[in-house]
Amino acid sequence: MSQVLPELRFARSHEWARVEDDGTVTVGISDHAQEALGDVVFVELPDEGAELAAGDEAGVVESVKAASDIYAPISGTVVAVNSALEDAPETVNGDPYHDGWFFRLQPHDSDEVQSLLMDAEAYQAHCAEDE
Amino acid sequence: MSLKHTPLDSLHRELGARMVPFAGYDMPVQYSKGIIAEHRHTREHAGLFDVSHMGQFILEGPGITETLESLVPVDLQALGEHRQSYALLTNDEGGVRDDLIITRWGAHAFFLVVNASCKAQDRTWIESNLSAGQSLRELDGQGLLALQGPRARDVLSSLLPETAALTFLQGAHCELDGMPVYVTCSGYTGEDGYELSMAAEHTGIFARKLLSHEATEPVGLGARDSLRLESGLCLYGHELSPTITPIEAKLNWSISKSRRPDGERAGGYPGAERIARQLSEGTARVRIGMRVLGKRPVREGQEVLNGDGEVVGVITSGAYAATVDAPIAMAFVDSAYAALDTELGVYVRGKTLPVVVCKLPVVPQRYYRG
Repeated sequence: MSQVLPELRFARSHEWARVEDDGTVTVGISDHAQEALGDVVFVELPDEGAELAAGDEAGVVESVKAASDIYAPISGTVVAVNSALEDAPETVNGDPYHDGWFFRLQPHDSDEVQSLLMDAEAYQAHCAEDE
Repeated sequence: MSLKHTPLDSLHRELGARMVPFAGYDMPVQYSKGIIAEHRHTREHAGLFDVSHMGQFILEGPGITETLESLVPVDLQALGEHRQSYALLTNDEGGVRDDLIITRWGAHAFFLVVNASCKAQDRTWIESNLSAGQSLRELDGQGLLALQGPRARDVLSSLLPETAALTFLQGAHCELDGMPVYVTCSGYTGEDGYELSMAAEHTGIFARKLLSHEATEPVGLGARDSLRLESGLCLYGHELSPTITPIEAKLNWSISKSRRPDGERAGGYPGAERIARQLSEGTARVRIGMRVLGKRPVREGQEVLNGDGEVVGVITSGAYAATVDAPIAMAFVDSAYAALDTELGVYVRGKTLPVVVCKLPVVPQRYYRG
């Protein structure tokens, strides 16, 4: 059974979002997603400064077996990316909710974290449907 | 259609395998440690693969050598007892129906291992070519295990000491605690190792005995694919197909000397004329290996571009190669672009990734030849 963290919000496409103290939103992929992908060997991150709408393609994660798009869970401006993943993509497998984060957004509308994303419990139910 | 299960189905689940449908079977793509760890374990120690989905046939009867030679461009008359040969079942256009391993079991008997996805059609095709008194018997449900890696010889000889002397492409009938097993020194990872064929009800017992050795870990189909790719080995449905000839696939070595145009038993197999022509004239496209200059993997189906951005080929297999820690691929390209170190591109979602034509195998094969 994959892990979820109660303080996170989740997209149906398996990204998680965490609202930081400064109001920015950190984005990564869930434990369920990294487990389904298997060993991650490459991550493509968005450019800093990129303007993303909710649901826009924001990057790509490639495992040994397959490539998957990463989507922006909410709209915002990319203010930071986790460039450490370029040399150590396996961090996404080892620590998906912390060191394995992908990028950080300055939200255009901070209400979207509530309105567009689900809580951990709903996300777990969503994952159970997948299986 | 419901999936078939191999004799190791419950063991896979016990070992935490992730199961996927493959060629009509429910098969382990990986176990809990993941594809990269399993790949490395096989290169460094010993990996145990369930390949029971593959087809196992026994061909028997007077004249069976000649019959089989009429289907594959291999010198089977020269194949000694319990010696094996890689072979291609060709079609009239010189394309490939399947690739297989043929083992001589006797003067008028062969043991064949064929691809899971082709076994029904192979059976029909071979049977339609049999003469009176010849037979094909499918060992349906028979188990097939592959034990691969530099420790495979230690592991197997701890159970079956007589297997320590087997050399690459040699087989022997053995017995363990009253359970018969046919052991060959073969496999498809580029490593030294064995394949073991045994009755369904004994397969789990053998697998558990092999796994109880400290050097052995279970390995799924995911690592089997990346291992064979690193070792430059073709996979049916990727580098081999009814529309790809052995010469295009650079498997010229699989056409025995005696079956070539200047050989004593030249031709006499489907597509021989086209293959003979390609042997002397070359082919418009050819299989190559490539290394990606960067970390992003390239995948099957992606287009290969020349320096002017023109499409000159297509990727047939691509993966992260754990042994060299880089993405690698095999592709078919216009022969003008096949020279080693040729710089090409692969078009991946709006970007052109730089790649370079490289030698195959990427990881040297380590077969035991005595």
